[in-house]
Amino acid sequence: MRAWLRCLCDTARLMVGQPSYEAYVAHVARTHPGTEPMTPAAFFRNREAARYGGGGGGFRCC
Amino acid sequence: MNGTLGRHLPWVLVGLVGAGALAMIAAGRGEPVGAVWILCVAVAVYLIAYRYYARFIARRVMQLDLARPTPAVRHNDGLDYVPTDRTVLFGHHFAAIAGAGPLVGPVLAAQMGYLPGMLWILAGVVLAGAVQDAMVLFVSMRRDGRSLGELVRAEMGPVPGVIALFGTFMIMVIILAVLALIVVKALAESPWGSFTVAATIPIALLMGVYLRFIRPGAIGEVSVIGFVLLMLAILGGQWVAEDPGWAAAFTFTGTQLCWLLIGYGFVAAILPVWLLLAPRDYLSTFLKVGTILGLALGIVFVLPELRMPAVTRFVDGSGPVWSGSLFPFLFITIACGAVSGFHALIASGTTPKLIDNERNVPLIGYGGMLMESFVAIMALIAASVIEPGIYFTMNSPGAVIGATPESAAAAVTAMGFPVTASEIAQAASDVGETSIISRAGGAPTLAVGMAHIFHQVIGGKAMMAFWYHFAILFEALFILTAVDAGTRAGRFMLQDLLGLFVPAMKDTSNWVAGVLATGLCVAAWGFFLYQGVTDPLGGVNTLWPLFGVANQMLAAVALTLCTVVIFRMKRQRHAWVTILPTLWLVACTLTAGLQKILSADPRIGFLEHAARFQAALDQGQVLAPAKTPEQMAQIVFNDRVDAALAALFVGVVVAILAFGVKTCIEAWRADRWTAREVGGPAGRVAAE
Repeated sequence: MRAWLRCLCDTARLMVGQPSYEAYVAHVARTHPGTEPMTPAAFFRNREAARYGGGGGGFRCC
Repeated sequence: MNGTLGRHLPWVLVGLVGAGALAMIAAGRGEPVGAVWILCVAVAVYLIAYRYYARFIARRVMQLDLARPTPAVRHNDGLDYVPTDRTVLFGHHFAAIAGAGPLVGPVLAAQMGYLPGMLWILAGVVLAGAVQDAMVLFVSMRRDGRSLGELVRAEMGPVPGVIALFGTFMIMVIILAVLALIVVKALAESPWGSFTVAATIPIALLMGVYLRFIRPGAIGEVSVIGFVLLMLAILGGQWVAEDPGWAAAFTFTGTQLCWLLIGYGFVAAILPVWLLLAPRDYLSTFLKVGTILGLALGIVFVLPELRMPAVTRFVDGSGPVWSGSLFPFLFITIACGAVSGFHALIASGTTPKLIDNERNVPLIGYGGMLMESFVAIMALIAASVIEPGIYFTMNSPGAVIGATPESAAAAVTAMGFPVTASEIAQAASDVGETSIISRAGGAPTLAVGMAHIFHQVIGGKAMMAFWYHFAILFEALFILTAVDAGTRAGRFMLQDLLGLFVPAMKDTSNWVAGVLATGLCVAAWGFFLYQGVTDPLGGVNTLWPLFGVANQMLAAVALTLCTVVIFRMKRQRHAWVTILPTLWLVACTLTAGLQKILSADPRIGFLEHAARFQAALDQGQVLAPAKTPEQMAQIVFNDRVDAALAALFVGVVVAILAFGVKTCIEAWRADRWTAREVGGPAGRVAAE
């Protein structure tokens, strides 16, 4: 049940372009040990800017 | 042998259920048919197509390699490239591809009856739309998730690459214009609707400030707050509509709304995204997905009967909603839901960068499109549960049925769909509007259909007006989000294109360049929007076919690319998978495009329409709806622009097809694999 809710929440967040913050932190810890990951707020703003910046992120379908 | 039988037996049963349901529809001549049979046919078709055809494509054409790392695995950065659970990714992909298209097209197509639309939606999605989405996703995934324009350039050459990029920009312009037109048609002379939609702006601003400064990243709670405020806005809209003073303040004509939208689009596209665009996007995405699920539940729960005949006499091309015969115009009118070229941009956008294993390509690409097709089927059902007399009253242009319930009742009854003036007035007051006559554009009709279904589940007759305005809000909200986001995306594309000639335009941090490109982009779609709003035939009649041609043109480009890649992989034996839908789309877009330019029927052909107005102008006459010679000249000019645009689309299709055939022949003559994949087995990485 808990995992299911987690999945639902991740789905809803990715629908609006926000990938999992936990996965990001785990990724930084694994591949760049010693590097400080972005804070949740900075991560949120980074992804928000990426979604609506140039490079095709802003497409919405007809 | 026993094992094989056991494996296929359930699917044979699914097929039998589908065939039985189709037989029920076919047998129901003249009698209202239950929506349940349409749902059964659709679901059976989807299941079988997914089990057999998608698997065939995955195994034989794509030859998916489960051990091969995807871009998400190779470039994993926790940001753009993230291996994502397939259920989560399915939701992301579906939310990106589902929009107003599959909701509006089937509603407009219902003028020919529900059967032609239903058959095309099902056949189109299985053989064309879902194939395109899955194949483009596959092609992009094998090339680091690159975009459609880049893929065309890499596999077909620089010239087709620029043509594809330019075509993409033009389709953006037409999509934005037609989407904005739908909003104008839905909100004109409707203080309730206008107030509710206007209220979304302060609500979004509030959410934006909350997310930026108070609780960064708390999308869930801010969306709940926003949703509650939206519902209050709907209730407030009723109060506004009932108060004469406030009602007057929020009653706008189509032309006023057109200018408001143009101004709004410009401002929204240059404001910081966190302030207006992003929060509105959160709200509209969740509302969109939630309402689609709600509609599915509502239809299953209510199981309404279809009032629209299976086939109407308008298959001959004389329909009032849009003009033109079944072939090619039905296949242009229903684009999204059957096959939508725009999806090629999504399938080569964020999705290929997130897919965790190649085995999930059929689920995300093919399955996602099947889901969108199901949305189109639901829209078709919603449009068909309305009494046909009301449907044609809502969707016929004022030039045909007049503006009063009496004139509309007489004209629609004469079409063969009996309706009385009091029924029309009653239908309007049921949904809390002063008039429902000539509200073409799809959204109001769909809203009436949805209100018809929802009020039987929650609230009864008293809630019908609420549900109608809920449905209008739901559509207007995500259409306006598409207008904001599309204008921004169009601005960046334009800066890229103009940057080829004026390097300074390419600098996206340059404020002047940004405002200039945004202004040009807004002016481009604003031109077509204004023309549509002032069109005597309702605008939809002009713009929707242009949109359909543009969208199918892009699909033809994407499928041509996929065919080229199949040839370059030396799997031409299976190239029919993409060649068949390509040929069909080329036939539809070329026939429709040429008819829109050259047809001798002024309701179809732009040039003939222009010629009639020009001839009248030369003799000093003024034809309705123009009131002055200047307006006459404007109509002639608009027609010629539309004809030029249709010619442009035809040119893009022909050019890409020619380049595609040339590249396929070269690949066929080559003695080895020539596709340019990355990240595969060593021998193929550097294959030139």
